Amino acid sequence: MQKVKGSPLELQERARRIRTHVLRMTHRARTSHVGSSLSMADILAVLYGGVLRIDPNQPDWPDRDRFVLSKGHACAGAYAALAEAGFFTSDWLLDHFCQDGSYVAGHITHTGVPGVDVSTGSLGHGLSIAAGMALAGKRDGKNSRVYVLLSDGECDEGSTWEAALFAPHHKLDNLVAIVDYNKIQSLGRVEEVLELEPFSAKWKAFRWSVREIDGHDFAQISETLERIPFEAGTPSCIIAHTVKGKGVSFMEDQLAWHYRSPNAEELEKALSEMGVKE
Amino acid sequence: MRTAFIQTLYEMAERDDRIWLVVGDLGYSVVEQYAERFPARYLNVGVAEQNMTGVAAGLALCNKVVFTYSIANFPTFRCLEQIRNDVCYHNANVKIVSVGGGFAYGALGMSHHGTEDIAVLRALPNMVVVAPGDPVEAENATRAIVEQTGPCYLRLGKAGEARIHARDVKFQLGRAITVCEGSDITLISTGGMLATTVRVAERLSKEGVAARVLSMHTLKPLDEEAIRIAARETPAIVTIEEHGINGGLGSAVAETLAEGNGPRVVFKRLGIPSVYASQIGGQDYLRSIYSLTVDGILTSLESVLETVQLSG
Repeated sequence: MQKVKGSPLELQERARRIRTHVLRMTHRARTSHVGSSLSMADILAVLYGGVLRIDPNQPDWPDRDRFVLSKGHACAGAYAALAEAGFFTSDWLLDHFCQDGSYVAGHITHTGVPGVDVSTGSLGHGLSIAAGMALAGKRDGKNSRVYVLLSDGECDEGSTWEAALFAPHHKLDNLVAIVDYNKIQSLGRVEEVLELEPFSAKWKAFRWSVREIDGHDFAQISETLERIPFEAGTPSCIIAHTVKGKGVSFMEDQLAWHYRSPNAEELEKALSEMGVKE
Repeated sequence: MRTAFIQTLYEMAERDDRIWLVVGDLGYSVVEQYAERFPARYLNVGVAEQNMTGVAAGLALCNKVVFTYSIANFPTFRCLEQIRNDVCYHNANVKIVSVGGGFAYGALGMSHHGTEDIAVLRALPNMVVVAPGDPVEAENATRAIVEQTGPCYLRLGKAGEARIHARDVKFQLGRAITVCEGSDITLISTGGMLATTVRVAERLSKEGVAARVLSMHTLKPLDEEAIRIAARETPAIVTIEEHGINGGLGSAVAETLAEGNGPRVVFKRLGIPSVYASQIGGQDYLRSIYSLTVDGILTSLESVLETVQLSG
């Protein structure tokens, strides 16, 4: 068992800092997808704060764990987590995120951003790439793991299910798929656009070992990640029930914050809810 | 070409343990020997080309040299966005191999006609596009694309193509091979049209027309220098390809000619017009429908040679 580093309080503080970076970034760059970044902030805090075996001083360390953000639109959260993990400073991030002439694109990109292995942006790509990485690790006899974070909406993509068939067939128990199940996709609620339920049963039917958790409960996230693989010879799927826009009262569970960026007043209000005084 | 490819890959895999072969549930009687010899570096992903390409990118990002293999349009069009985003943007070491370029699977119908692949793949940044003209070029190309880091598309014929080159032909990616010299007209061929093009040159020779034949096995990067030299040294250039007329070899050569400052040359593209062949038939039959036979090409060349004479 790989013990998660960091106490729930430390992880909570890391998540709070990730959220404040996300708010400042999306405000300054006037970009979308703030809600998608906030829903996964707690998961990222645990991954980057206590799970991923990575080294900010050697981003290309060959034996590192890999993290693939398949929901590339939520890159603000992932960049913020990398900043907190020491890959670059949050000031640098704020100055470069979605700015003219920078490389820090509004869908996660590996070009010019240390710590990012895989660029995504079109949905339904990440699980296949992660499965390829996991297979390479298996056949090379490495102990490293591959974590991939998916959105619920991208489970509409057929390619996601091609990869979902593939991973158990090849017994990729070094592969961990986490679904940020915030229940809102681009044009509405998941249940209204294209129902995924029974969601857990689908992954089970595809022969994944599945756990459903509260994606905002640090103890649950940590305990679940400590138990990877849930079953030897089987890839692990964590369906994390989350709230879109989590952490900012007026953004929570609102479709609009898939698109809107906070204006100055909203930023101040949001930050003050997080205990930040400008 | 298919045989030359798989044998060469097998030989290379003996020496280079980075090499993987990933197939989309196709390759019966082709891939078995490789699969048995290198089970840890072989993968059949099933009928799932998007996943095949994404998995290949993931493997390549872990320092593997990955060949994806399927037929006709399956390894290219079905998974085009995975090729664009996962392979090309990451400059991943994935070599996409398609067997059956052009009308090699003619009787199987339009789904199996590989007639727009060059145009589409050539548009992708970082992608090298190679369509060997004979088994010797196929063997050399397989070696060369492993030495070349990054994405490649290898468009093969099927089986039984005539060998045109000597075994020791000098092959370099991005450099056309001059198959025969001539100063009256230049015929530029790509892929499996090479044998036909050589026979056309032989027939022209009997009529007193000295044709230069260039085998343009690499479509991208294109050997622009060879095209410019041909434009200086011969009054006409004709491209010959078993591929749609839009965006393939003919278009690529036309782009070079149009932007060059060379002398004006008579130019013609021979290929498949922008239509889907709803008529089916064997490769030779379908080639004849679109005048891609020796006689058909000779007929098309009549007006070109006439124009040259008039302007000369």
